[in-house]
Amino acid sequence: MKEAHHEAHEHHGAHKKTYKYGMVVDLDKCTGCGACMVACMAENNLPFRKDNSDRMRSQLWMRVYKISNGRPFPDTDICYIPRPCQHCEGSGHHHTPCVSVCPATATDYSHETGIVSQVYTRCFGCRYCMAACPYHVRVFNWWDPTWPKGMKKYLNPDVSVRMRGVVEKCSFCYHRYQRAKNKAYAEGRRELHEDEYQTACTQACPAGAITFGDLKNPEHKVHELKKSPYAFRLLEKLGTNPKVYYVSTRDWVRKAGEAYAGEEGKSVTHA
Amino acid sequence: MDSASAPFDSALFPEGVKRCKLKWFLFWIAVLHGPLMVGIVATLMCWGLALNVTYLNNNYPFGLWIAADLGVIALGAGAFFTGFLRYVVNIEELKNIVNYAVVIGVMCYASAQGILGIDIGQPLRGWFIFWHANVHSMLTEVAFCITCYFMVLCIEYLPLILENRQINKFRFFHGMAHHLHGAMPTIAAIGVFLSFFHQGSLGGVPGVLYGRPFAYREGFLVWPWTFFLFILSAIACGPCFTILITRITEGCARKRLVKRNVIEILAKISGRLLAVYLVLKIVDTLYWIVIAGRVGAPLSSFYVNQPYGYWVLITEIGILGVIPAIILLNTKARQNDSLLIIACILNCTGIFMNRWIMTVQSLAVPVMSFDKFVSYHPNWVEYATTFVFVWVSAIVIMLSYRYLPIFPQEKELNPL
Repeated sequence: MKEAHHEAHEHHGAHKKTYKYGMVVDLDKCTGCGACMVACMAENNLPFRKDNSDRMRSQLWMRVYKISNGRPFPDTDICYIPRPCQHCEGSGHHHTPCVSVCPATATDYSHETGIVSQVYTRCFGCRYCMAACPYHVRVFNWWDPTWPKGMKKYLNPDVSVRMRGVVEKCSFCYHRYQRAKNKAYAEGRRELHEDEYQTACTQACPAGAITFGDLKNPEHKVHELKKSPYAFRLLEKLGTNPKVYYVSTRDWVRKAGEAYAGEEGKSVTHA
Repeated sequence: MDSASAPFDSALFPEGVKRCKLKWFLFWIAVLHGPLMVGIVATLMCWGLALNVTYLNNNYPFGLWIAADLGVIALGAGAFFTGFLRYVVNIEELKNIVNYAVVIGVMCYASAQGILGIDIGQPLRGWFIFWHANVHSMLTEVAFCITCYFMVLCIEYLPLILENRQINKFRFFHGMAHHLHGAMPTIAAIGVFLSFFHQGSLGGVPGVLYGRPFAYREGFLVWPWTFFLFILSAIACGPCFTILITRITEGCARKRLVKRNVIEILAKISGRLLAVYLVLKIVDTLYWIVIAGRVGAPLSSFYVNQPYGYWVLITEIGILGVIPAIILLNTKARQNDSLLIIACILNCTGIFMNRWIMTVQSLAVPVMSFDKFVSYHPNWVEYATTFVFVWVSAIVIMLSYRYLPIFPQEKELNPL
């Protein structure tokens, strides 16, 4: 296979290549259908309750926000923002916000993949990581997980079910990465094709708004997409250095995404 | 006191002091068991039914429990600071209140650890914080220092128990108490070292959250400015809490237990430290406004969502900071009993409010522009579990006062 990772730098040993998996979401394409949320829940065995309307306590790794420019008709405009874990890299002297605060090393930043992991069996539920995350991507298991009768048979065997009292979050479907890696190794390869490792939300999006891949690899679509003059990242000023990019040609959307609450985004309303 | 009218358990009392009848003592212990039982039921609900029984949610992973935790540890600072003044600085008069400061400290730190035991989602895994410790986390530093300091406090409390009139008759225990007293300056110095770090690292807990501009502070090396402010605020309010609890105890016992000059020393030191803290806090607030502005967070954005308006800032620094500082710094004002108590209450409330602001309000302030402000208030389960430790502390203090020689001046102030 052609060596694809030209920009990969050496880390943790002489022969280990590193990747920087990330996502580019085209907000002008997103229709807010919620297919990404459903796919994420099914793929990652996310529990739900009979009345799951309390969003303050629901288990959503991928959440779609609806925002509006707040202007009256006919200038009203809305935008849907799918928000998975931003898999922040941190910058300068700052580590990933949630990783540095976890007292039990239950969450970690992988320098191999750029993915922020969560070790459910090590988390003891102090929730400090939730306080550290400005994107609200981390959710706590307020209940023991339960499923309707018979549904247990349909759970994804590659993803462990989380117990109550621990924090969880989007893993960029890391189990898919592991599966793809295993397959590649069995075939005598060390590198993955772009389409071999894709997250569930990416594949489920009917509008093709989500693109996933190695941000460092010029052969992956995300490498070019993130360079768009219309690309931005949420709360970029804070220095969290997220690996989820958004693209929108609408100025007010970009301002709303980049801005801290209370400044440029003042006119933005949410739902 | 003739033996016929002496309470049934009078043989256990310290020498030369008077205590109420056993039936009254047991009555009040029983009364405290009422709310205590409610708290125990609430605790069992948290452990048995999981934390969905509280009003905490994904927006407010920290609530009353964490604020109370940080609050009681600050209030308990009276123990290490009085120990520091007595054994390291060698202020002789403070020997008359240091015992009680230790008892109060033990209960504050036990409460903090107990609350954490309910707050964490998987209490049986609590030891992971030591086993899988992440040295970069402020919470790890907090856990190690608090646990070690709690052990130090227990060692400081032990000689008081051994000095119970009956226990002290055993030669071994008598000797042990004597030797522990001899080692107290060293133990107190260890306590001071540990306390500085955990009081500070508790300040570091919100201070390092650079994703939350409301809480984030720059600082010195790995320690944000809140690290130093928390140490200072704790040693400024700890002595006031010791004075306050001493006065409450005196009110319940209906007699003076500590001489006025001892209280005066603590009040004066507390006032000076509070004044220094306030100056630094105001400087920190002004600098924080500049730093937050750099990431596009204007001051108004922090105080736009009610109930967290500007009144919070004014109340914390002005009403609950400047006013008690003025009272405590003024000799005539602090010699007035009522004003002294008011100053102590304001000071302690101010510190609790500061801890609430740094934890709960930090989470309340939306960060993303399309984030929605949601309010949080604790429910009865959170209140009941938090107050459990108040009732337990009251019982321990009652037992300690009745059976242990806590107040060396009691005999002199209340001759039989």
